[in-house]
Amino acid sequence: MTIDAATVRKVARLARLAQPEETVEQLARELNGIMAWIEQLSEVDTDGVEPMTSAVHTPLPMREDVVTEGGDPDVVLSNAPRRSGDFFVVPKVVE
Amino acid sequence: MSDLTNLTLKTALDGLSAKAFSSVELTRAHVEAIEAARALNAFVLETPDKALEMARASDARRAAGTAGSLDGAPLGIKDLFCTKGVRATAGSKIIGEFVPPYESTVTANLWRDGAVMLGKLNMDEFAMGSSNETSAWGPVINPWRKAGGNAQLTPGGSSGGSAAAVAAQLCLGATATDTGGSIRQPAAFTGTVGIKPTYGRCSRWGVVAFASSLDQAGPMARTVEDAAILLTSMAGHDPKDSTSLPIETPDFAAFVGKSVKGLRIGVPREYRVDGMPAEIDALWEQGIAWLKDAGCEIVEVSLPHTKYALPAYYIVAPAEASSNLARYDGMRYGLRVEGQNLTDTYEKSRAAGFGAEVRRRILIGTYVLSAGYYDAYYLKALKVRRRIADDFDRAWETCDALLTPTAPSAAFQLGENSDDPVAMYLNDIFTVTVNLAGLPGMSVPAGLDAAGLPLGLQLIGRALDEGTLFSLGGALEKAANFQAKPTKWW
Repeated sequence: MTIDAATVRKVARLARLAQPEETVEQLARELNGIMAWIEQLSEVDTDGVEPMTSAVHTPLPMREDVVTEGGDPDVVLSNAPRRSGDFFVVPKVVE
Repeated sequence: MSDLTNLTLKTALDGLSAKAFSSVELTRAHVEAIEAARALNAFVLETPDKALEMARASDARRAAGTAGSLDGAPLGIKDLFCTKGVRATAGSKIIGEFVPPYESTVTANLWRDGAVMLGKLNMDEFAMGSSNETSAWGPVINPWRKAGGNAQLTPGGSSGGSAAAVAAQLCLGATATDTGGSIRQPAAFTGTVGIKPTYGRCSRWGVVAFASSLDQAGPMARTVEDAAILLTSMAGHDPKDSTSLPIETPDFAAFVGKSVKGLRIGVPREYRVDGMPAEIDALWEQGIAWLKDAGCEIVEVSLPHTKYALPAYYIVAPAEASSNLARYDGMRYGLRVEGQNLTDTYEKSRAAGFGAEVRRRILIGTYVLSAGYYDAYYLKALKVRRRIADDFDRAWETCDALLTPTAPSAAFQLGENSDDPVAMYLNDIFTVTVNLAGLPGMSVPAGLDAAGLPLGLQLIGRALDEGTLFSLGGALEKAANFQAKPTKWW
């Protein structure tokens, strides 16, 4: 397992992070250092171990499927980078 | 009047109750201390007008006989907590202008009980860091310095602003959060008390998310009793957080001062790591002796998977972070850098808004969750996490709490560990196990090293057994009689 420049570019694209080309090699080295250190987990015998997805032992609660808050577009839009009326303005998605 | 910033939270509340001074006087003293301490860079936003308005309202409540448990006490709030109408940045440029239209449950609980907000405290970006150097606002400077030195030291992270503000007496207490050690390591580095409660004690609603299965809020304060008073107010069931536990919150302060006689204290042999300074080992031995003197029984325990906790954490936490931080896309709030098209806008906004450490963790998280690696890394880490939790369950068969050092060193110099991410991650070696297992952990200041810097001891308890930690923390605090304060240079 090594993270090469191509992997960095691919992962950066998946994460929607623009990655300047001149930083890719350096980043690949850093990530390799971290992943090599993480690799020691392979020493642990985890056969038959149930993955631990939560530190809470109680089941997730259910609630009524009703609107509890809402109806205030000005509050929802108060931090919008761009708005028009009661809408967020975003780049064109459909050509 | 003597300097009101010298008071503990408890003595300040007693003074307010006895009408020895007003909340306006107490708050003004802290506002002035904050203005005089800007060299520490502890606050990213000072809210003196709001503080004095809240103080006046508190004095009116007290006059009317309707004061709450924290009424009139000025506190600092970590900038990870959403505060209605008051900017919350999480230490990041990507939400550097964000003004939340809602209040986090934890801070709402504090205001319900009458507390006063002094401002928002600096922190590592999105709570990712152990030295405060990843903050978009620049690092907090530790009020402590080495004896005879003037080098700038880190207050630890990520709750470095909370720790520095409490240690420098800029507030009576502060909120903080802890995902891998972010309350306890800064507490150890600044001679303050910090507790990360059991996962689910404090609501995460309105706290900017880092790694949701690990994040917990908790208080930082100058005494164990003060931390207990604050946690009692902060904690409690909240239907808005599905992982918030539907249980009653005890009066934690009632546990401070209780006898610890007969409690069995586990000493995990795996926490004796290579390269740990002899002074920390000696302090640990001293802590064991103190608890023995207080009537505790000391038992050796083994937590065999301890060394795998940090590598497991550096899969689980970045994986969750990469998912949580996907929301920062520049569309509905936060920074937007316009690009050629939608994807280009996303990529440019996120690259411009996130700092280097946050970007690094998003990439690790995305990598370990990506097709072909999910089982090898993410699933493996979740299984190791179970092993770590099982270690603790086995330890509880023979002991009631654990005693360990909090951090493997005293506060280090700013810049000292910033070239090597893994060296920085090792700061959390003694604290991160607790987050993975969801247990409560507390750091108590226990002594000074040869350079005159504070060192902390950590107590780890069973799930929901914070009460025992407050009793043990009180016993350690009494035995250590830690009175040292940083010499004011700011």
